[in-house]
Amino acid sequence: MNVTKRTARTLAAAAVLLAVPTALAGCSDTQTGGTTGGGEGEAVKIGLVTKTDSNPYFVSMRDAATAAAEAGGAELVARAGTADGDNDSQVAAVENLIAAGVKAILITPNDSTAIVPTLEAAQAQGIFVAALDTPTDGNKGVDATWATDNTLAGEQQGAYVKAALAGKPPVLAMLDLQPGVTVGDQRHAGFLKGMGLTDDSPEIAGRQDTNGDQAKGQTAMENLLQTNGQINAVYTINEPAAIGAATALSNAGRTADVVVGSIDGGCAGVTAVKNGQIAATVMQFPSKMAEEGVKAALAFAADGTKPTVPATGYIDTGVQLVTDKPLEGLPSEDTAWGLENCWGSAS
Amino acid sequence: MSESVQTAGAKAAGVPDTSGTRAVTVVDRVFRNPVLGPLAALVLACVVFSLLTDNFFSVNNFSLILQQSVVVGTLALGQTIIILTGGIDLANGAIMVLGTLVIAKIAADSLNLQLPALFVGLLVCAALGAVSGLIVSRLGLPPFIVTLGLLTILQAASRLYTKETVVVEPGPLTFLSSGTYLFGYFRITLGVVVVLLSVAVLHYALTRTAWGRHVYAVGNNELAAKRTGINTKRVLMSVYVLAGVLYALAALQAFGRSPATSPNAFPTANLDTITAVVIGGTSLFGGRGTVLGSYLGALIVLVLQSGLTQAGIDPLYQNIVTGILVIAAVALDTVTRKKAR
Amino acid sequence: MNDIVLEARGIVKRYGHVTAVAGADFDLRAGEILAVIGDNGAGKSSLIKVLSGDVVPDAGEVLLDGKPVHFKSPHDAQLAGIETVYQDLAMAPALDIATNLFLGREIRRKGPLGSVLRMLDVKEMRAQSRQQMDALGITTLQSITQPVDSLSGGQRQTVAVARAAAFGRRVVIMDEPTAALGVRESKGVLDLIRRIRDTGIPVVLISHDMPAVFEVADRIHIHRLGRRACVVRPGDHEMNEVVGIMTGALPPPAAAEAS
Repeated sequence: MNVTKRTARTLAAAAVLLAVPTALAGCSDTQTGGTTGGGEGEAVKIGLVTKTDSNPYFVSMRDAATAAAEAGGAELVARAGTADGDNDSQVAAVENLIAAGVKAILITPNDSTAIVPTLEAAQAQGIFVAALDTPTDGNKGVDATWATDNTLAGEQQGAYVKAALAGKPPVLAMLDLQPGVTVGDQRHAGFLKGMGLTDDSPEIAGRQDTNGDQAKGQTAMENLLQTNGQINAVYTINEPAAIGAATALSNAGRTADVVVGSIDGGCAGVTAVKNGQIAATVMQFPSKMAEEGVKAALAFAADGTKPTVPATGYIDTGVQLVTDKPLEGLPSEDTAWGLENCWGSAS
Repeated sequence: MSESVQTAGAKAAGVPDTSGTRAVTVVDRVFRNPVLGPLAALVLACVVFSLLTDNFFSVNNFSLILQQSVVVGTLALGQTIIILTGGIDLANGAIMVLGTLVIAKIAADSLNLQLPALFVGLLVCAALGAVSGLIVSRLGLPPFIVTLGLLTILQAASRLYTKETVVVEPGPLTFLSSGTYLFGYFRITLGVVVVLLSVAVLHYALTRTAWGRHVYAVGNNELAAKRTGINTKRVLMSVYVLAGVLYALAALQAFGRSPATSPNAFPTANLDTITAVVIGGTSLFGGRGTVLGSYLGALIVLVLQSGLTQAGIDPLYQNIVTGILVIAAVALDTVTRKKAR
Repeated sequence: MNDIVLEARGIVKRYGHVTAVAGADFDLRAGEILAVIGDNGAGKSSLIKVLSGDVVPDAGEVLLDGKPVHFKSPHDAQLAGIETVYQDLAMAPALDIATNLFLGREIRRKGPLGSVLRMLDVKEMRAQSRQQMDALGITTLQSITQPVDSLSGGQRQTVAVARAAAFGRRVVIMDEPTAALGVRESKGVLDLIRRIRDTGIPVVLISHDMPAVFEVADRIHIHRLGRRACVVRPGDHEMNEVVGIMTGALPPPAAAEAS
């Protein structure tokens, strides 16, 4: 023990002895800017800040962005928030990217409102800023946004579930995200529109928050089945929640007579559609958002051009209904196509 | 252990022989200084990233890292004094976030309400600290459980209180971001000055006042502290309330960083502060450690974050390095404690 | 020197149905070392806790210098000048010797530094600590700024005793001070106990260590079945007689009160 401690001390002492003069020497050449990019001949740096770095959705976004940047001779620096909803870590990430001298920042904001001042500061330094997947509040602080039309995605899910019930009166369970998150509200509202219902409709047997989590989705479904055994239609905020719900339904022996709809287009979700756990899902295209964002960033770095944004405030990257049971009047692709175009990996 | 050292039954009075060993003790004290480890790690990380990347070593970047430290740095001070008593606070982020929400909601209508709102926020945070303190000191429940419960309650309470992001107007609440000082090229915001002052004041209180010694004594050996006549319940209570006040200060710092807050903000503040405290050399068993170390610990995490961004390295490596530092710090503490016994 | 410093009359302490102390008396005289011995469960530690303020008795009274006192906590007893050295020493191991000596009784700087900024007078406390060590002839401690956890068991005991002696203006009570120590260390502590007595402060020594008791005690209070069986002088009785009385194998001597 003595030896280890002494070694540790020696190492510490050595580190300090080494470090101090280096630090002092470094002090003399004071640099001022963190805003100017790398020197000449260096690759253009593009920053990407996702909500988290664990969700496969963002992983595929990041992979696509990295590939697109490489193809354009640029370097992608990927950062992420610590947890969904955490603004502070994204603020720090953006600041660090600015200091690293990036030309463009692509971000999926955790807090659409709170991030705005930080993004505006980036813009003020001449950096191209774009939101991916989730728009900022009033599209402030960004030059462009690439996103899914979540209301439309919800609407397509709703239309499919309605058609699949084939005239039976719906007894609907709604597995929501969590209160106060725009994506969740939009999909929820879109779904009801597609079903031809409103929030006050008696057809809604119950609703629960799942945080988009599989385990919570299962518990929520179990509870709702307990409350109302007649449930025959399920709205889910995303595929993990849908897979959780499908598990609960299968445990209750109700798989055959309940229609589960979902949104996302993750490979695990498409596989669940293929296996019959989910009737249909509406795919969104995170890699397309990333690719188009990077392309725009490269164009901006080259000649300062910015993309034109339609009146909706964002560039729609599209949605696609995926099911193996196509229904009249609802254009869809099958799961074979879905598995080729899905994001993440099936597991 | 060392009976031979004992000159048992020594007759004559003799001055404890300190003069002969003084030279040794000075060196020894430098090395025993608990801040040395984290400081070395911080300097080392800075040196590595300065050599590795073009942009890390710039006054702007160092100024930025200091600005990024203000919220977690302030929260970590409260966490430190609680851990020094042998406790832990899992609810610190939740207390601060509720504080920011209360402040922002009250201040929403008028700039004139910002200062009263801040005062209410301070009361709320201090009261929540007092709740933990009361349960821990009077009922003797484990702080881990008490603050875990409080965390769960506050997360729900915050969302019941408001579900959206609340923005405050620039005013007294955001003044910590507005005032900046230039030292040569070095830009320092008022928030940074305040966090450094907080560290200094708390360091003074812990090392130079009786209260500070009692905090350490309670964490070292609560029964012993009680037997020497220290009112341990009052010490515990004061620590939790002071921590609450520091969380309110962190709330103000948070407005200085970003004028918007939401119930989803700072979800990992509790773990972030525990990380900073542990890397900073404070023992999770209580009774050993410094607030200065904790602040350095917070800086280390931020330096890793910044440096790896500059180097374009996958941010997951930051978590790996942080994890290694945490384990190394606790291992060092355990070894020291075992050796000390 | 027959003035009684600390006295207890008819002390009763019950824990539920168990009567730990059943009407016990106790006398400590000025300038003596009084050993208190008794079998496990005889109630001697409950009696001592009453004297040190750790436990409030159900009946009976405690008198200090002939005046009744009512201790609600160890702090009350300390304020009255009664210091106790506990078996587990009551020290903060990470803090240094001087800090431990003054724990709970810190000295502040004079003037606004102390009154406003509450700054401690570290120098003064260290100086006084050294003085105290010198006065007790303690030479086994390297430096007053050593943390307590770097000390051996005997050294820690020394610090604890020194603290009690420094603040015990009237009485010092020691609970099993030699229990965890080796022979040489024990001897050092016993010497220290004698020196405290020689400064005029009476010492109550609770111990199972019969040779130690016979070596330093002026009188021996033998506790049995919740009350004082008798008080003897070590010179008048053999060690095995005393043990016999303590365990009930022998009756207490006729002249029950040694004077």
